[in-house]
Amino acid sequence: MSIFEYNGAAVVAMAGKNCVAIGSDLRLGVQFQTLACDYKKVYPIHDHLYLGLAGLGTDTQTLFQKFKFHHNIYRLKEERDIKPSTFAQFVSSTLYSKRFGPWFVSPVIAGLEPGTWTPYLCGMDSLGAIETAPDFMVAGTAPDSLYGMCESMHKPDLEPEELFEVLSQCLLAGTDRDAISGWGAIVHVITKDQVITRTLKGRMD
Amino acid sequence: MGESQYSFSLTTFSPSGKLVQIEYALNAVNSGATSLGIKATNGVVIATEKKLRSSLVDEATVQKIAMLTPNIGVAYSGMGPDSRVLVRKARKSAQEYYRMYHEAIPVAQLTREVAAVMQEFTQSGGVRPFGVSLLLAGYDENGPQLYQIDPSGSYFAWKASAIGKNMVNAKTFLEKRYSDDMELEDAIHTALLTLKEGFEGQISGSSIEVAIVTDDLKCKVLTAAEVSDYLAEVE
Repeated sequence: MSIFEYNGAAVVAMAGKNCVAIGSDLRLGVQFQTLACDYKKVYPIHDHLYLGLAGLGTDTQTLFQKFKFHHNIYRLKEERDIKPSTFAQFVSSTLYSKRFGPWFVSPVIAGLEPGTWTPYLCGMDSLGAIETAPDFMVAGTAPDSLYGMCESMHKPDLEPEELFEVLSQCLLAGTDRDAISGWGAIVHVITKDQVITRTLKGRMD
Repeated sequence: MGESQYSFSLTTFSPSGKLVQIEYALNAVNSGATSLGIKATNGVVIATEKKLRSSLVDEATVQKIAMLTPNIGVAYSGMGPDSRVLVRKARKSAQEYYRMYHEAIPVAQLTREVAAVMQEFTQSGGVRPFGVSLLLAGYDENGPQLYQIDPSGSYFAWKASAIGKNMVNAKTFLEKRYSDDMELEDAIHTALLTLKEGFEGQISGSSIEVAIVTDDLKCKVLTAAEVSDYLAEVE
């Protein structure tokens, strides 16, 4: 068994028209034993930037604390919020700095670029190799079914509410085919002016 | 060196509250070659005197203005070797920023980094303050910028400034000539006129050095021939 599948996770992000959405399932388990169903895997960095971390629970928490810490310092130094694309490069260099003893995480980054408010979406492996995407990005223990759902459901230029619906359906349907993720979901839709956050119930078994 | 328990900082307070080592460092700056900078609407110009001790020096090898990143240049007044230490540290700092974020370091951030190094050398054991003031010119997302950094580690953003031997006169001259809607070409002319004003001897393309930072985010040290052309324009 891979250490990436120890706790179970599903993360999806999707781009829309001047908006971007990111969501995760809520299950935390140790292999097949479910321990909690309120374990969120998406973390806010600032109002226009969210970070999804699938993988080993302990590493995702520690990494998020590191990134949050660093962003607080960044904001004090530079008197601005970090751009999503810049943050992605920072996450990448942080992960690669542990090339030979990696953090067991698969990050997904979703945000709006300041000024243009265009979506920025990317994912990477645990060593920090960035993969940017114009449409959607998935990570976690149910990638095959999530990819299938996203490939058939996603279309370009969705409005925030449509995007929420598409992402939620993909996430719930995708995790239904995976034994170690699911148990409800949380979805954030990031727009220029607000973040819409909703908690969903899924198959709770 | 400098690690030992007995390696105290040389810069200690005098009873009156002054740090005389920093004042001595400023003396070194004020007896150094004049440098100046002007921020224009669409770029920044920095210029400095480049007087050679002897006509036998190969002037092609003397470079006084250094580029820190493709869009940031720096001129100094004071001790040349000290400035090279700072240039090396600044370049390293800029590259570390680029490595971390894959993004060019903002001018203000590089200024802060260099200023922090200079401050550290006023407080650490076994070292002395840097005998230079720097004029840092750059262009980034926040537009054209001109910063001055002093040996104490304090830094200021200027519309136009001068450092070195002829600082007082040059600043007075700049105050008279500066206008907020000045474009780069005007600023270059003003920079040359200001240098010329306090120049001892014959000013020429090879006896001064000029660098410009333009709105395409490129810093360029002008060649002697280009400087000569500009000098011809102001005459």
